Amino acid sequence: MDTDLSSQDRKDLDKFIKFFALKTVQVIVQARLGEKICTRSSSSPTGSDWFNLAIKDIPEVTHEAKKALAGQLPAVGRSMCVEISLKTSEGDSMELEIWCLEMNEKCDKEIKVSYTVYNRLSLLLKSLLAITRVTPAYRLSRKQGHEYVILYRIYFGEVQLSGLGEGFQTVRVGTVGTPVGTITLSCAYRINLAFMSTRQFERTPPIMGIIIDHFVDRPYPSSSPMHPCNYRAGEDNGAVYPSVEDSQEVCTTSFSTSPPSQPAALGVGSADMGYPVLFAGGLHAAHPHQLIGPGKEGGVPPIPSQPAHGTQADQERMCTPLDGVHYSAATPSSSEDTETVSNSSEGKCGSPHDLLETIFVRKVGAFVNKPINQVTMANLDIPFAMFAPKNVELEDNDPMVNPPDSPETESPLQGSLHSEGSSGSSTGNTHDDFVMIDFKPAFSKDDILPMDLGTFYREFQNPPQLSSLSIDIGAQSMAEDLDSLPEKLAVHEKNVKEFDAFVETLQ
Amino acid sequence: MNCRAEVLEVSVEGRQVEEAMLAVLHTVLLHRSTGKFHYKKEGTYSIGTVGTQDVDCDFIDFAYVRVSSEELDRALRKAVGEFKDALRGSGSDGMGQISLEFYQKKKSRWPFSDECIPWELWTIKVNVVNLANEQERQICREKVGEKLCEKIINIVEVMNRHEYLPKMPTQSEVDNVFDTSLKDVQPYLYKISYQITDSLGTSVTTTMRRLIKDTLAL
Repeated sequence: MDTDLSSQDRKDLDKFIKFFALKTVQVIVQARLGEKICTRSSSSPTGSDWFNLAIKDIPEVTHEAKKALAGQLPAVGRSMCVEISLKTSEGDSMELEIWCLEMNEKCDKEIKVSYTVYNRLSLLLKSLLAITRVTPAYRLSRKQGHEYVILYRIYFGEVQLSGLGEGFQTVRVGTVGTPVGTITLSCAYRINLAFMSTRQFERTPPIMGIIIDHFVDRPYPSSSPMHPCNYRAGEDNGAVYPSVEDSQEVCTTSFSTSPPSQPAALGVGSADMGYPVLFAGGLHAAHPHQLIGPGKEGGVPPIPSQPAHGTQADQERMCTPLDGVHYSAATPSSSEDTETVSNSSEGKCGSPHDLLETIFVRKVGAFVNKPINQVTMANLDIPFAMFAPKNVELEDNDPMVNPPDSPETESPLQGSLHSEGSSGSSTGNTHDDFVMIDFKPAFSKDDILPMDLGTFYREFQNPPQLSSLSIDIGAQSMAEDLDSLPEKLAVHEKNVKEFDAFVETLQ
Repeated sequence: MNCRAEVLEVSVEGRQVEEAMLAVLHTVLLHRSTGKFHYKKEGTYSIGTVGTQDVDCDFIDFAYVRVSSEELDRALRKAVGEFKDALRGSGSDGMGQISLEFYQKKKSRWPFSDECIPWELWTIKVNVVNLANEQERQICREKVGEKLCEKIINIVEVMNRHEYLPKMPTQSEVDNVFDTSLKDVQPYLYKISYQITDSLGTSVTTTMRRLIKDTLAL
């Protein structure tokens, strides 16, 4: 038996593996875009639907994948990996999963390339479609928007799993034996989604003039949400990246029912392999606009027009459409060092008017605004100034960020709102008694204007008494009530049966 | 030939039965459907394209992928709907199972009817639970979602063992292997049946046949 692969079979196999790798990347990235995917079945083969599956090709994703592959194919020791990570609006990022397309040395010499391998690769892609929806990152990606986005990165070489944290799990999507090795597709995913903050307290300066909310109407026309985030100016959608169709390669759509010994007739185009690509490492543009899903809930946070968060941003592509961006650095008022990703949205001051205050300002607490490097007690015009840390670097000491364990009010502002009669008391630190400080409500300047926020607070804390509760009238009505009680009781006793029937209907 | 049999078990709330069953059945059929075959001369054939779409469940924190074929979806929904109604019916303590069987037809000579030879059988055992309050329902949503994720992984693992699959048929034999009645996709011949376990422990078998070019028993 001829165990050596014929040159035609070899060419076909290489082409299948190449396009399988490209389609794998498309399936994974599209599954993390945050939208529901829908493609149509077609009874007539089109010749461009590899593996008889309708998987759309996003040109930029194909381009990135080809760059990563650099003309090579997955082989022993050279795996193609797609890394999916999450990046919060504060710049923290976390790897969620790594999808690996690997090849090992176990060969199946007798398998038919043009038929069996092709069909099994098709089956493996279907399995990938199913598995990409069951890992935890899928649900996260469907909820991406304001607080975080999902990014992808393609690399070629050795698999790097260290970023997944402890106890990551793996799921094998499937394997396909070929005459040159066994293709294995698997996923390693993080299970510990508690957000281990690696935030550096020395942050890069906030990005200026960028908006957090993609779809909210904003009063600033210069920050229109529809600006594509683009590292290369003047780039048109789709004009830069060659689509798969340009490759002049047709996929196999014809098969033969002849016995295996006879040569199969295939509708395969030229096996042109040459894609001169280099492994991606430099600056890239973000996705073109066409990826924006019109019905996307909550909008998408754009990314800065210049990389703001180090080299990581350079190498990572957004899985969502991007515009000029701002990530408000507002931390939740109850934030601690570790917070789960799902809680990262709580307590955020996301309303548009906050943006006026967040630009140029680093927020360390929800109710504390302080400019960078200017934190002194003397010139702080903030409520509850005594809670502001003396040193901006020591965010650990900031009770707004790291509330002390010892008994404390839920937030100083709440404490003041609930105080009885006093205009501005709040609990001091645990060692002191009540300290009277001037009542300065959040977001309020000095009480210069009448009917300012402070005035409102004072008034609603001390509302006038209800007339029915005033003593004189109250006393009179009380006496009347008492007198009329026996009559009312008699009436109710008469109607006992009605009440009972009513209660029955409720059960 | 031995029929490969896989059994999956799920415990769900009543309103989750339909979505859980559809998720499992659609995932299996996604792997067991191809594009439409178009036979040409000289024994070659080409295959159409299978589209897919995401489905979000309303009562379970779960999403799955199914083949983009309304006919197939309707057929499955009809079968699952009957199963769900039977589960709710009197005499049932909420336990039952639904089976998806893939088979090949083997032509027999007259007067014998064609034989149906199963080659793969998927059985989903269902236990319907009753929940007391909304908090339990919320927990159930999440737990059933996680369980279904495990089931999908199990299904994929079985599918990728690459065990027996019927040989690709010639044009004359295609209806013995595939269901060619759908206009956009071509699943392997399958039938769905279910059993309800009533409170006495006996099973009442109801079979819903889904056959094309059915040969009636003489």
